[in-house]
Amino acid sequence: MEFEAAAALGKYIGAGLACLAMAGAGIGVGHVAGNFLAGALRNPAAAKEQTATLFIGIAFAEALGIFGLVVAMLLLFAV
Amino acid sequence: MAQSEDGGLHIDPMSQFLVKPLFGGEMGLFTITNATLWMALAVGASSLLLIGAVKQRALVPGRAQSVAELLYGFVRQLVVDITGEEGLKYFPYIFTLFVFILFSNLLGMLPYSFAVTSHIAVTGVLALMVFVTVTAIGFIKHGAHFLGFFWPKDAPGPLRPVLMVIELISYFVRPISHSIRLGANMLAGHAVLKVFAGFVGALGVFGVVPLAAMVGLTAFEFLVAVIQAYVFAILTCVYLNDALHMH
Repeated sequence: MEFEAAAALGKYIGAGLACLAMAGAGIGVGHVAGNFLAGALRNPAAAKEQTATLFIGIAFAEALGIFGLVVAMLLLFAV
Repeated sequence: MAQSEDGGLHIDPMSQFLVKPLFGGEMGLFTITNATLWMALAVGASSLLLIGAVKQRALVPGRAQSVAELLYGFVRQLVVDITGEEGLKYFPYIFTLFVFILFSNLLGMLPYSFAVTSHIAVTGVLALMVFVTVTAIGFIKHGAHFLGFFWPKDAPGPLRPVLMVIELISYFVRPISHSIRLGANMLAGHAVLKVFAGFVGALGVFGVVPLAAMVGLTAFEFLVAVIQAYVFAILTCVYLNDALHMH
């Protein structure tokens, strides 16, 4: 009984810790978008063609945050 | 949703994602559920717009026809920008994916509707289809040379096997991140909306504050619905470009 309670506790703490992945994704997405804006303000003429690249960069930065969600889901429902 | 019997705050954000059979009975392989209903509605609505509105083929397009034409031109430009002219052969597939995801995302924003794309089962099948198709295209176009995609020729000798392992992992993680990005974004958005809706009921007069937040969040969710469809289409183009032109 003690052991099961400790296991459940660890599960929830681990799932909460996996939310730290959001911090990394936030830094990454902010970095991509901020640098895009800085570049776009310097050369607005070239900005329009690069929006697709912007979204690709954001998507890749976001993917790593999503893996945090996967870890949390696995901890909560699969372990 | 407001206050439960014991006086505590009662919010149930996940019950909106339950798949239920529409006409009762046992859940089987071919049962008509709310998920199938809203997928069929997405297909129906998009067909109505893209077949019905373009039927007259007016030289000066009306409102509905220009929406359909804008949608078509937008995705076509996207495919040409990323994969070049060779990618246009696969444009119908990417257009279908984009329109289906866009319509299911937007229909999911209707009150009491069901967000089909919030289910990993749905997005997973879409992403797996893209993965299998793109890999098959790569092998058909380049034959066994497509395996060279995983062998970085420009890297210094001893590093190559290490980089190959990394390339392989990142290639096979693609369908996972591709599907979970869309599913998780829709799931999280709808759950957050439901949680805030619970606050509105529970706070009484002060519920005005979360209500104002809800208005902003709903607008943001519409933005996310469109952007995620766009991102799904863009990544499909990027993967297709990798298969067509290798590195």
